[in-house]
Parts: sequence; C-alpha cells; structure tokens
Amino acid sequence: MVENFPLNTKISRFLLSADNIGVRLSERWIFRYVNVSVASGQLVCIIGGNGAGKSTCVKTLLGLIPLTEGKIEKQKSLTIGYVPQKLAITPILPMTVYRLLTLGNRRCTQPEIERVLFVVGLEKLGNPLVTTLSGGEFQRLMLARAILRKPQLLVLDEPLQGVDVANTDILNDLILKIRDELQCGVLVVSHDIERVFQDADDVLVLVPHEHDEVKTDNPIWKRRY
Amino acid sequence: MLDDFFVRAMIAGIGIACFAGPVGCFIVWRRLAYFGETIAHSSLLGVAMAIMLEFNIVIGIFASASVVVTILFFLDRRGGLPTDTILGLLAHGGLAIGLVVLALIPGMRLNLQTILFGDILAVTKFDLLQVGIGGVLALAVLLWLWRPLLVATVSEDLATVESLRPNRAKFLFGILVAAIIAVAIKIVGVLLIVALLVIPAATARRFATTPEIMAVGATVVGVASVIAGLYSSLIYDTPSGPSIVVAALILFVLTRLVAMIFLRNKKFQ
Repeated sequence: MVENFPLNTKISRFLLSADNIGVRLSERWIFRYVNVSVASGQLVCIIGGNGAGKSTCVKTLLGLIPLTEGKIEKQKSLTIGYVPQKLAITPILPMTVYRLLTLGNRRCTQPEIERVLFVVGLEKLGNPLVTTLSGGEFQRLMLARAILRKPQLLVLDEPLQGVDVANTDILNDLILKIRDELQCGVLVVSHDIERVFQDADDVLVLVPHEHDEVKTDNPIWKRRY
Repeated sequence: MLDDFFVRAMIAGIGIACFAGPVGCFIVWRRLAYFGETIAHSSLLGVAMAIMLEFNIVIGIFASASVVVTILFFLDRRGGLPTDTILGLLAHGGLAIGLVVLALIPGMRLNLQTILFGDILAVTKFDLLQVGIGGVLALAVLLWLWRPLLVATVSEDLATVESLRPNRAKFLFGILVAAIIAVAIKIVGVLLIVALLVIPAATARRFATTPEIMAVGATVVGVASVIAGLYSSLIYDTPSGPSIVVAALILFVLTRLVAMIFLRNKKFQ
C-alpha cells in the first residue's frame, strides 16, 4: 500500500519517473505499487518506517536493483549525484579530502572545489585523510562530491543519519539551498517527517507491503476467526 | 649486455615489479589476495595444458587463468556459495588437475620446483620480450580502468550510478591479474607471486596519502626488493624468487619500525 501526496503540481519534464514499480526478493515483496516522479527543481521525499523498503526503493530508482514489475523512465544522459547511506571507505585505501572530491570529477577546478566545501561548511577542514573525519563530516564531504558533479538529479539516502539535532536544520536548509542553486531535482530518504511536509514538493510514504494471499493462509488469522 | 644472465634476471624482475606495484595496490584495496592466490595456483593447469598441447607456457597460463576468472565472476554473481569457498574450489581444483595431467604426460621432464618457486636466473631474451609487452599492455589497461576501479573501491553503488560500469571493470581487472601472473610465474613462481603483489603495496600504504602515491610507492618498493633480493641471491647463493620476497618482507618490517619511531604522533591509519 502506497499513498502519494502531491503537494505541488508543477508542470515540467520529469527527470525520473516510476510507474507502478515493485521489487520481490525471493518470495517477499519489499515494496509494490510505487509511483513516484522527480522533476527539475523539485524536492521529493521518501519516508517510511523500518523495513518499509525505503533504501531498496531508492536503489531501484537508481537502477542498482532490478525491477520485478512496473517500469522506470529516466531522462537520457541524466547526471546523478548520489550519496549512499552509511558509506565507509576501507582504511587500507589512502584518500584525502581533495582526492576524494576530484575522484570521478576530473574537470573540476580548484575554485569549484573550494566553493563546494564552503557550501557544505567544510572550508576550514584543510586536506586530511578522510579516515580522520567524523561521520557527519564525511557525509557532508560525500554531499560536496555529489554536487561537484553538477547533477541534474541529487539522490540522498538518509542524509540526516548520524547528524545531531542541532545540525539537522542546517543540513535540511543546505539541501534546499543546493536545489535552488543548481535547479536540480532532489530525491531524499528521510526520517524527519515534520520538515518533510513543510519543504517537500512531493512525499512518497512507504508502508510495509501486505500480502493479501498470505493473510488468508496465516494460521493466526485462521485461529481468530 | 643482455647476454649476461644476471642482467636479464634484473631487467625481468624490475619490469615485473613496475606493474605489480599498481596492480598489487588494487589487490590490497579490494581484498583480492586470495583471488590472486587462486589464479596463481590454478595456473598449474595452464602449464600442464601448454606442455601437453605443445605451445607457449605463458599463453597457456593466461588462457587457463582467464577461464578461472570468468568462472569465478559468474559463480560469484549468482551468489550461491560464499566467495572464499568458490576460490578454494577453483584454486585447489586447478592445482590438482594440473598435477594429475602433468603426471599423465608420457616422458615429462619438467622440474616442478621451477614452476612453484620460479627461476629468474633462467630468463631468456624471449621472456624479456614477454615481460615488456605484457607490462606495457597491463599498465595501459590499468590506466584505463583506474577511475572506475577506484570509485568502485569507495562504493560499488556509487560507481554504478556514475555510469562507470564497475562490473565490467572488475572482470577486466581479473583478466589483467591473470595476464600479470602468467608473465611473472616463470620469474617468481606459483607460490610466491602474490607476495610480490601484496607486500610492496602494504609497505607503501604507511606513507601514502592518495591512491596514486601508494601505487608509485609500491612500485618503488617492489623494484628495491627485486634489486636487493637478486644481489643477495647472487652473493649468498640462495634461490632468487624467495630471496626477492624475503627482501620485500624486510623492507616492510623496516618501514613499519621507522614509522613507529618517527610518525607516532601523526594521524596515520
């Protein structure tokens, strides 16, 4: 069961649009009947409790997990900036802040790097090894790397995870600022329900998928009735 | 100059160290040491095939190792068995079949010790040519795969989203490791080839701040190990392959000690 709350009906071309998609792993539907679309300049949030399939849904939209049903339409040659959930770089890989930013962003210039570091509030960091960064700093660094790509679509999987309450508002405002500046579409998986309904153009609420056919075979169900 | 066996050995060893450095870094970063070991062990099957069908041993090893890499790649993607189980299956399966096939060849007079530990002092001019061509090709392919592999090391999902095709890069890297092992086996042998990939990279990690510095550092350490190992092999009359690995190991321990004494306060991992 999935409900859409269209809060903003801007008419523009969709960067990404999913039609009735569902993913089944072995015999279990992780999510089903999901419709979601993101247009340029739109902030779309995906919310839902544990096990509702938020991360799987985002990964499916990105093409990382194959669809079981439905279809996804993506704008051709769409540049995506993606910040995965709970990413940790293996400590054996030596990596500095600057090298991580230039990795995959070959054509970026020094001023551009300084600018994105300023945007995410890491301008005073210098150039240490990324293994010395805190969880929140690393998250913001990955965000900086994503926006350095000048993405048309920015996808953030739980950006508030590991960020303390005081910084939650700052990061939320930052996401809105980035959207307005780059005029990109933003797809965010979030827990912060109040803020989501305040700022988002569209919200997708995922609830654990119930199987009608399983329900009738459920022994508890049978016992009760 | 190339008529001197020691000069040939030195050139071959240094050549191998040059491309073993960067490739070894990826082996370390992506935790592929056992993967390299599997290719090396199963290459004995390639040796046996090459001798039986009477063609070039390097090509035989490369062909059999490529088959092993391909099987591994598809078994791993199907996800039925844990990766280390699949690796164990292929490593020892390949080794055992190779040994059985070798035993079945009538009138076989192959010194198994040469295959297992290498014989750097019996390097021919043709071997040098193979090392040269193989090395240049390997470095070119690695340069092309560098960015996809590096992003995939950070996060495979990220590499996929950024259209870097990490699966293709991973497969081609496997073939690259197969090629390097094929070229290097004559010099250091089946049992020690992975040491030449892993130890210099591990040594260089201590002093590197970026992946590129580590790759260059691993090359320098590898070349130094080859030079030190070969000279000590000549002086003390020890087998050359193991001497090189011992030299690499001594360098590793020395740099660790130096780092412990001088870099104690720095924030190294």
